[in-house]
Amino acid sequence: MRYIYYPGCSLKGTGRAYEESVLAVFRALELQFEELDDWNCCGATAYMAIDELQAFTLAARNLALAEKQFADEEEVNIIAPCSACYLVLMKAQHYIEEYTEIGDQIRSALKECHMEYEGRIRIRHPLDVFVNDIGLEKIKSLVRKPLDGLRVASYYGCQMVRPYKVFDHHYSPTTMDDLMRALGAKAVDWSLKTRCCGGSLTGTIEQVGMRLSFILLNEAQKRGANVIATSCPLCQFNLECYQGSMNRKFNGSVDLPAAYFTQLMGMAYGISNRELGLQRLFVPMTSQFSKKEGYQHVGV
Amino acid sequence: MSAFDIQENGDFRIGVFVCDCGINIAGKVNVSAVAEFAGTLPNVVVTREYKFMCSDPGQELIQNDVKEFRLNRVVVASCSPLMHEATFRRATAEAGLNQYFFQMVNIREHVSWVTENEYLATEKAKALVAAAVRRVKVHRALESKSVPVNPDVLVVGGGIAGIHAALTIANAGKKVYLVEREPTIGGHMAKFDKTFPTLDCAACILTPKMSSVKAHKNITLWTYSEIDKVDGFAGNFTVRVKRKPRYIKEEDCVGCNLCVEACIFKEGKFEDEFNVGLSKRKPIYMPFPQATPSVVLIDPETCLHFKTGKCKQKCVEVCERGAIDFNQQEEFKEINVGAIILATGFKTFDPHRISEYGYGVYPNVYTSLEIERLVNASGPTQGEVLMRDGRKPKSVAIIHCVGSRDRKTNAYCSRVCCMYSLKLAHLIKERTGAEIYNYYIDMRTPGKGYEEFYDKLLQEGVHFIRGRVAEVTNWAMVPSEEDKLIIRAEDTLIGVARRVPVDMVILSVGLEAHDDAGEVQRLFNISCSKEGWFLERHPKLAPVSTFTDGIFIAGACQGPKDIPDTVAQAGAAAAEALAMVDIGHVELEPNTANVETVMCSGCKTCISMCPFSAITFDAENWRAEFNEALCKGCGTCVVTCPTGAAQQHLYTDDEMYEEIEGVLHYV
Amino acid sequence: MSNDSQTENAQQFEPRIVAFFCNWCTYTAADLAGTSRLKYAPNVRVIRIMCSGRLDPQFVVKAFRDGADGVLIGGCHPGDCHYQEGNYKAYRRYALFQSMLKHMGIEEERFRLEWISASEGDKVQKVINEMTEQIRALGPLKLTSVPSYRAQEVQLDLAGVGVEGELL
Repeated sequence: MRYIYYPGCSLKGTGRAYEESVLAVFRALELQFEELDDWNCCGATAYMAIDELQAFTLAARNLALAEKQFADEEEVNIIAPCSACYLVLMKAQHYIEEYTEIGDQIRSALKECHMEYEGRIRIRHPLDVFVNDIGLEKIKSLVRKPLDGLRVASYYGCQMVRPYKVFDHHYSPTTMDDLMRALGAKAVDWSLKTRCCGGSLTGTIEQVGMRLSFILLNEAQKRGANVIATSCPLCQFNLECYQGSMNRKFNGSVDLPAAYFTQLMGMAYGISNRELGLQRLFVPMTSQFSKKEGYQHVGV
Repeated sequence: MSAFDIQENGDFRIGVFVCDCGINIAGKVNVSAVAEFAGTLPNVVVTREYKFMCSDPGQELIQNDVKEFRLNRVVVASCSPLMHEATFRRATAEAGLNQYFFQMVNIREHVSWVTENEYLATEKAKALVAAAVRRVKVHRALESKSVPVNPDVLVVGGGIAGIHAALTIANAGKKVYLVEREPTIGGHMAKFDKTFPTLDCAACILTPKMSSVKAHKNITLWTYSEIDKVDGFAGNFTVRVKRKPRYIKEEDCVGCNLCVEACIFKEGKFEDEFNVGLSKRKPIYMPFPQATPSVVLIDPETCLHFKTGKCKQKCVEVCERGAIDFNQQEEFKEINVGAIILATGFKTFDPHRISEYGYGVYPNVYTSLEIERLVNASGPTQGEVLMRDGRKPKSVAIIHCVGSRDRKTNAYCSRVCCMYSLKLAHLIKERTGAEIYNYYIDMRTPGKGYEEFYDKLLQEGVHFIRGRVAEVTNWAMVPSEEDKLIIRAEDTLIGVARRVPVDMVILSVGLEAHDDAGEVQRLFNISCSKEGWFLERHPKLAPVSTFTDGIFIAGACQGPKDIPDTVAQAGAAAAEALAMVDIGHVELEPNTANVETVMCSGCKTCISMCPFSAITFDAENWRAEFNEALCKGCGTCVVTCPTGAAQQHLYTDDEMYEEIEGVLHYV
Repeated sequence: MSNDSQTENAQQFEPRIVAFFCNWCTYTAADLAGTSRLKYAPNVRVIRIMCSGRLDPQFVVKAFRDGADGVLIGGCHPGDCHYQEGNYKAYRRYALFQSMLKHMGIEEERFRLEWISASEGDKVQKVINEMTEQIRALGPLKLTSVPSYRAQEVQLDLAGVGVEGELL
């Protein structure tokens, strides 16, 4: 099966480590993919809040481009690693197909620039593709350096399973936990897997946003996690960037790396730290792995 | 047959009576215009408009007009025929006409209540009246058929509803078959400790009734049995009952339990159904001490003999009466009954479906049914409220409306949860002194003594927090929350999101129809609501009847209800069934099919069409023969008849054509 | 009832639809739509039959010939028939007759079969509104006169199907 890879803005910017590790893992899994040509903003967050219709239209342009790029495929699978992109693309597709009026407006907008959305799209999260298309068996077979002793708190965030629970449970998902176990890690059982990370609140009402991230880190650490695995650039940013201020503000002692789940996969596959963008983490993995060979933090 | 039945000089004299139904019809349909219009139709000699045609004066109006205007046909435009057809037929008959010289027009349910535009509503009503006027002319005088009724009654389901209905009928001297699918009767009520609001002990009021069922000479009790097939019609049903093997000769077992003690399993090892999994049982077991009949059973899924064939069969050894029979097979019994009462009850909502509440994840989250067993003196802990980790709870949260009043699960209110939650709150507080928090949306306590009970709980210091719980979680924010379950909810009375740490959580699960309600509905040929509750014939006026004559419903299979309502309804169903079988005969609608022998070419097409084998072939005369006693009046055969020899009373081709022409040519 | 609404109504084509509803499911559902006060298009005239199995294709011919723009049949869901299998018979006849109507130049939207159970008042509303709009869009049925012997032929054909019917 061939996939279209839709990076979105974050993976080219603040979430570069996510793109680096996603692509490294794609290569390791010999996944066939092409990046979407001429892609544009998915329409997420701010745009969606100001004008939903225009946000959907932006998303629809990406969908139409993908259909054009894979003109022969009966079903075009787009991988959107960023949870926000994943959700917005799905939401756009849902609205176009469910609400004729919105659909018609979007279609006519696309027509203005000689484009068409046919409805052959299936939007996928890499986690879904890894576990459900490639399978845990194959994922396991490629492990060269099992993540022994690593206690991972899988953090799915709000957008991957809500409101569209395409491949996992909306409240207590388990796909990433299964994946981590396949890599040799121990999945930490905790109840905040889908609780809000603070989202863009950290940029607007900092004390609220920061408190939400702190709750997650504190609970994960208390449950014995030594790394928190994320699947969204914004979650990752919120979780790792403010740990110092959080500790001062909330009198806490959180010190937990927040890595992309693909980085952990890459580590288990023995891919070099630099290829996985591990050097970009603000909270280094070093402290957790100093005793383990090969998991040295690489300075920026 | 009266002289009016014959048309004088071929003259039809039709009276059209249009009902206002207060403002139900008149509020939307211009009733005077409809009546006026009807007066312009051929052969209509009188039209009337009246406020309530179904009332006594309304019926008298019809009867007087029949006499005064020498009417020979009557048309009433009012509500649905399913509501008042019988009423007006009776009025027509009492006026001296054949009751089938009457046609009803539904201008309420099908017109005034469903149409926005007054003009179009009136036009639609006119069209329907025109059709009836044309149709009624070709109506024929018919006699309704009276058939004898089998006086025996079948009651399906042995919960409190079935038990009460069976006893009522048996006490009236009729023979009753009570069929229960579980190994014992008693149903949900047998699991309860106390009943609200009187707090009398459920077992004390139920078990005497259970033993009277067993002892009653008029009741045949078949537990561990299911209905397999139902044939026939009101007054004469043939029912096949499947008796599942319990591997015990029921008549020989005395319930001494020696076999249970002797079983090779020293301790119970398998989930005890009666204690909803809170205790363990052996493969051979008595469901509970007061089980009725007091007969053990063997579960072949767990019994070593069935699984490996290598058991020492200690049970057989100790049973002096030789009651154990590993070769028992499923058995079928065929019975004939005149009426059937369905009292198949409910199931409780499975809270796994609301994962936010952590049922199945956190051991100290319980369903209310589990708590019923836990507070029960004969339950797994002898009534001591202990959690799965053996601790006594110091604080308990009761979450109301789990699986009720929620569009994601069930939109309806389950009616009993507020009250049983109060009861459980009282019992737990009494036994543990724990702090109790009720999370409710609205407290619904309508019922005799119910509001007073609520008030009593308020006095007892039970906490009530208005708000639907968002989640039950184990993540602690402060040290006092460590190792507790934290309830997160918005307290909507003070407008604050609250976290309350507790030891134990009780989910007040709602009531749902059984998973197989659809199959039961088909088996008995009745209807179900969307939620799976059996549909009553009329929500107010025929609450225990179904659309199928002779089949009645009682208890929670019709919708969630508490014990007092269930028993009242069971009594009502018993009375309806008794009224039907006691009179000895039943009037059947004469809508059967028949054949005009001269026109029958003997093609046999109709024979293959009849699902009831009511048509046979008379080879001597080369024609089809219709058995009206077997015919149920679907009319399928009429359609296939190529010569038009087959006809259905009340729905003849002529009548149908007149109606079709009528609705289309009224203007 | 104003004159305005009358003139307004006169301007717009109002389809005339004859519906045959079985007594046990769909007629009851239509009653439920009434008691639930669900508003729907007033274009349907409901004729009660005991079972959808009583629906004679001749009734359909008759309705179309007498000016109906559409015919709707409502029966119990498969497996729920009060008479065990009348609705299956109705379905066979419907499927066969639909194809014959096509040859007669009658669009398939004009003849519709729906399974509506006694609890589905909302479905009665939905189906009637939908069908009324579809037929409104199609416009009035224009039939060149259908000679009556045709109807007889149809019946003979269907009688044949009856014998072989079990195959369908």
